[in-house]
Amino acid sequence: MPDNTALTRTPLYSTHVAAGARMVEFGGWDMPVQYSDGILAEVRAVRENAGMFDVSHMARLQFVGPEAVSFLDRMLAADVAGLRQGRARYHVICNAQGGIIDDAIVYRITDDQCLLVANAGNADAVRDFLIPAAQQNGGVFFSDLSEDVAMIAVQGPNAVEIVDRLCPLPASSVRPFRVRRAEVAGIPSRIARTGYTGEDGFEIMPPADRVADLWKALAAEGVAPSGLGARDVLRLEAGLMLHGNDMTVDNNPYEAGLERFTHIETPGYIAGDALSAIRGAGTDRVIVGFRMVGRGIPRHGLSVIKDENEVGIVTSGTHSPTLDANIGMGYVDRGLSDEGTRLEIDVRGRLVEAEVVPLPFYSRLRN
Amino acid sequence: MTTPDDRKYSDEHEWALVDGNVVTVGVTQFATDSLGDVVYVDLPESGTEITQFDKFGEIESVKAVSDLFTPVGGTILEVNTGVTDMPEKVNEDPYTVGWLLKVEVSDAEAQLGKLMDAAAYDSLTAE
Repeated sequence: MPDNTALTRTPLYSTHVAAGARMVEFGGWDMPVQYSDGILAEVRAVRENAGMFDVSHMARLQFVGPEAVSFLDRMLAADVAGLRQGRARYHVICNAQGGIIDDAIVYRITDDQCLLVANAGNADAVRDFLIPAAQQNGGVFFSDLSEDVAMIAVQGPNAVEIVDRLCPLPASSVRPFRVRRAEVAGIPSRIARTGYTGEDGFEIMPPADRVADLWKALAAEGVAPSGLGARDVLRLEAGLMLHGNDMTVDNNPYEAGLERFTHIETPGYIAGDALSAIRGAGTDRVIVGFRMVGRGIPRHGLSVIKDENEVGIVTSGTHSPTLDANIGMGYVDRGLSDEGTRLEIDVRGRLVEAEVVPLPFYSRLRN
Repeated sequence: MTTPDDRKYSDEHEWALVDGNVVTVGVTQFATDSLGDVVYVDLPESGTEITQFDKFGEIESVKAVSDLFTPVGGTILEVNTGVTDMPEKVNEDPYTVGWLLKVEVSDAEAQLGKLMDAAAYDSLTAE
């Protein structure tokens, strides 16, 4: 067995181990990749009922003060000033050259208080980007809540109804991309109607020392503990990018298909000039979704071929149990990005046909 | 689940069950437990010649791709299209419905002699 003692653990670590989770390294953290029923059962639970994920490994960074909003708007492509209290926005964080440091959700808690939730694997890069700049600004007070506050994502068609049973507010009164304080299972928490699976649901932020009680209360309501393996399948089916796979600091948001989440108009925005120039020049490559026509599963790093020439690279791929198809995403030459374009994936020496399809691969029925 | 003692095992976690000059090949429970849910199996066609301990195919779980190494060499007589069509059969029971190949082997006794019995395999995987 690998020695994982150097890895960081979330407050739910012993809960996962006791439940028979298989633990793996992820972004420096010791995280459950799956529980005993397996990844496919967990994916099914989230698509058909409700599943929950320990996302405490993500960074929770708080910015408070009279200049918190204007500071974040110089650093993030999020238009925080245009975000009303209690609302959340998904956006990209770019460096001054327009490269993507991370994608994140910013929550406007009050007029002068914001919470930024960043990916675990990029947490240090995001801290390095934001904290020294915040410390230069007397009107911004930064605090890192990552250790004191935990986070559980509850996702699935029955997630809202289930959380309502534990939350007198009720939780269902919190609409998509809204956030507010509420007690869940008697535990004072912040609840946000956000997620990363393509399903309805919440991300609940209780104090770290109460998160195990919340996990147990949700499990008692039939919510299936689910790991990173299922989370990766679910987000890919929903066409959601994974930073580190589908985009890195070497990509800009336009080729990554994230223009909608890139607000560059705020005067003084750190990447405004760079991104404006990149957008104006246009990008040669663009990310697309594709579905395998032949037999084979696309995997991160495999080459995309057209007429014997390498025309791109696979960034994510998996077997989709929901669609019963093998699907992937990757960058290709822009001229090969139209829906219906036939490509081949070099699956370890075997060329397997694929077809460009629109993203997302899967969308839930909305009522 | 107990390791069946009617067959032999390789240290690459494949099994070989001999019946005359035909050897059935599959992966072990230890292998499927390590892999998790199998979602894809790539096998050669019938008639293909394979060499003992060489790679003959690939097995993929949701998260990973693994090579398959044959515990015996010979000519493939039959491929289990049940598992190429429904890879979950490998998880269901790797020792029965999840078999992969039937191989015609000319020197079964010599080849099987290079493999482990169930007890030796169990002690290998218990480490």
